[in-house]
Amino acid sequence: MPDPVAQPSRPLPAGTPAPPFRLPSVEAAELPPGHPVPHDRWRSLEDLAGAPAVLVFYPADFTPVCGEELAIFSEILPELEALGARVLGISVDSVWCHRAYTDERNLRFPLLSDFHPKGETSRRYGCYREDAGVCERALFVLDRDGTVFWSSVSPMDENPGVDGVLEALERLGQQAREGSGPPQPRREPRGEGARP
Amino acid sequence: MTELRSPIGPDDHVAGPRDAPVQLVEYGDFECPSCGAAFPEVETVRRALEGRLAFAFRHFPLPQLHPHAALAAEAAEAAAAQGRFWEMHRLLFENQEALGPGALVSYAEALGLDVERFRTDLDERRHRQKVRRQFLDGARSGVNGTPTFFVNGQRHQGRFDADALLEALVGAPSERAP
Repeated sequence: MPDPVAQPSRPLPAGTPAPPFRLPSVEAAELPPGHPVPHDRWRSLEDLAGAPAVLVFYPADFTPVCGEELAIFSEILPELEALGARVLGISVDSVWCHRAYTDERNLRFPLLSDFHPKGETSRRYGCYREDAGVCERALFVLDRDGTVFWSSVSPMDENPGVDGVLEALERLGQQAREGSGPPQPRREPRGEGARP
Repeated sequence: MTELRSPIGPDDHVAGPRDAPVQLVEYGDFECPSCGAAFPEVETVRRALEGRLAFAFRHFPLPQLHPHAALAAEAAEAAAAQGRFWEMHRLLFENQEALGPGALVSYAEALGLDVERFRTDLDERRHRQKVRRQFLDGARSGVNGTPTFFVNGQRHQGRFDADALLEALVGAPSERAP
């Protein structure tokens, strides 16, 4: 049996290049199973280039803590977008399940499906719970160049809230302003990202 | 984060003396069943610590889960604009299943408010910004659901029945001053 309060896995730390991914989004649910998913219904790391991103990994659609966590992220989406960020939710549920969940909860950001091969993306980000076969409850803030700027993993039964993400995005914005000036400087050598 | 970023201030509705030695802040949602369950518990705590407790209620509506929560919060603020926040707060928690616009107006009538003014406040969403401000402030303090309590500025973990809250606020019964 998976232990809900077992020591969580270690998510990729700040300064790590975000591993590439390409996952079908909830928009792909309009297609029947087996139908090829058109290009515009996938989301990939490359799509996120040029702006900060928030990846919200969570264990499962239609479960209690996840519902409240995603509701808060959805409610605070305007503020996250005002900080320049795009927000994506990721779990191992199928796109059809994501569709039902998105509609029921009026979620305002896309959910991606790490369904097949199951958990491949979550594993790359160091947040797949092998014993339970679900993602950890993990948060990542990526910078505009696709480097992990901040990450955190919470116990399965604990909703992390949005304060860590807000603070990370604000620090990221501050760094960009301080270090900015045309032309935009290239990213620092990898491994020197801000520490959480 | 487990610390309350904004201590009780002029923007807050406070029951009890503002400078009371014991400070309790709740982030809540009028349509949330757990907040409804917490309401009588907090009432018990308020009675037990009368004169020694400052209790502030702040809005943390989650319309994704509770479609009437945002307008109900604004209704409480509209009542507050007429000096009747706590009476409306009670009515909303006692009638959680009926928080539609018509019901809100009927509560304003029951409290003898200036109903036209109340209705205009809601129609024009005059208190929306204040509710939003409290929500954002709560999010920054790490509020991750409702109800979330802060006891003397520290987040309260675990149960929120009257006994648990009293223990967090003033210690276990054996430790309390007579």
